[in-house]
Amino acid sequence: MLEFYGTALANGLMLGTAQYPSPAILANAFKRSGASVATVSLRRESGQDRAGQDFWQLIRELGVHILPNTAGCHSVKEAVTTAHMAREVFDTKWIKLEVIGEEDTLQPDVFGLVEAARILSEDGFQVFPYTTEDLVVADRLLHAGCEVLMPWGAPIGSGLGLNNIFGLRAMRAHFPDVPLVIDAGLGLPSQAAAAMEMGFDAVLLNTAVAKAGDPAAMAEAFATAIRAGQLAHAADPMEPRDMAVPSTPVIGKAFLA
Amino acid sequence: MKLQLNGAPINSQAATLADLLVAEGFADAKVATAVNGTFVPALARSDHFLTAGDTIEVLAPMQGG
Repeated sequence: MLEFYGTALANGLMLGTAQYPSPAILANAFKRSGASVATVSLRRESGQDRAGQDFWQLIRELGVHILPNTAGCHSVKEAVTTAHMAREVFDTKWIKLEVIGEEDTLQPDVFGLVEAARILSEDGFQVFPYTTEDLVVADRLLHAGCEVLMPWGAPIGSGLGLNNIFGLRAMRAHFPDVPLVIDAGLGLPSQAAAAMEMGFDAVLLNTAVAKAGDPAAMAEAFATAIRAGQLAHAADPMEPRDMAVPSTPVIGKAFLA
Repeated sequence: MKLQLNGAPINSQAATLADLLVAEGFADAKVATAVNGTFVPALARSDHFLTAGDTIEVLAPMQGG
């Protein structure tokens, strides 16, 4: 059973809510995929448009767990303040903690990330840190109070998949009891399946679904791939070999040469 | 007095943050607030008096990844 901070989830698909062609398509993507978590954000509201109020109503009707993020924050102070605002608006202790350190790759500032994670954890937040596959940083995040880690697959929105298979595999092996989520960079369901086959607990994605020609169908494809990968991991895959080994028994083969 | 609301200059007679939210159309809205970069919880808005030059952020749920 997949659990984050004691909360059980039906499956390992965590889906973003940005960039969809319309609110109806967004809702349909969640419906067809059965995603268990929706990531959301906070932005400036207009007293005239009140666009955020309509969006909030839509999200509530999805009936999924809400994971607010601190996207766009470049400093510890910004991220911590945003987290406090998100906790009040969304009424949840969960926070997807992003402290961005580099603009071209949106790579996390892992130093600020650890500091912000410690501050927020001590303040009662349940932190989901967007991090890299660096094992030392991961260890610091756990010591800071995080009970879930979310290493990137590839830069946000890139669709490149799992850029560092070795690093991610090492992370999974090094922290066998920590829920690990591949967050960002996935483009195809096969990449999600590969992450689950490696033993990751969930994947978090947005652009690959929202920017597909048919977002709802792609969301369902990801959900199916995640299920397949999870089943495969649980089924204990065979070890690969360099040379062929006949699968058909040789014993009893007729001598016809 | 002159204030900055979500990055735009405004003139307001609101004494408190709660008054400002009512005056600017956020009375019953699901929003979070910060003044001069510091979070102000909803329960503290009535007691938070504004001064000229304050920078106020009013944030609401939005799409995110």
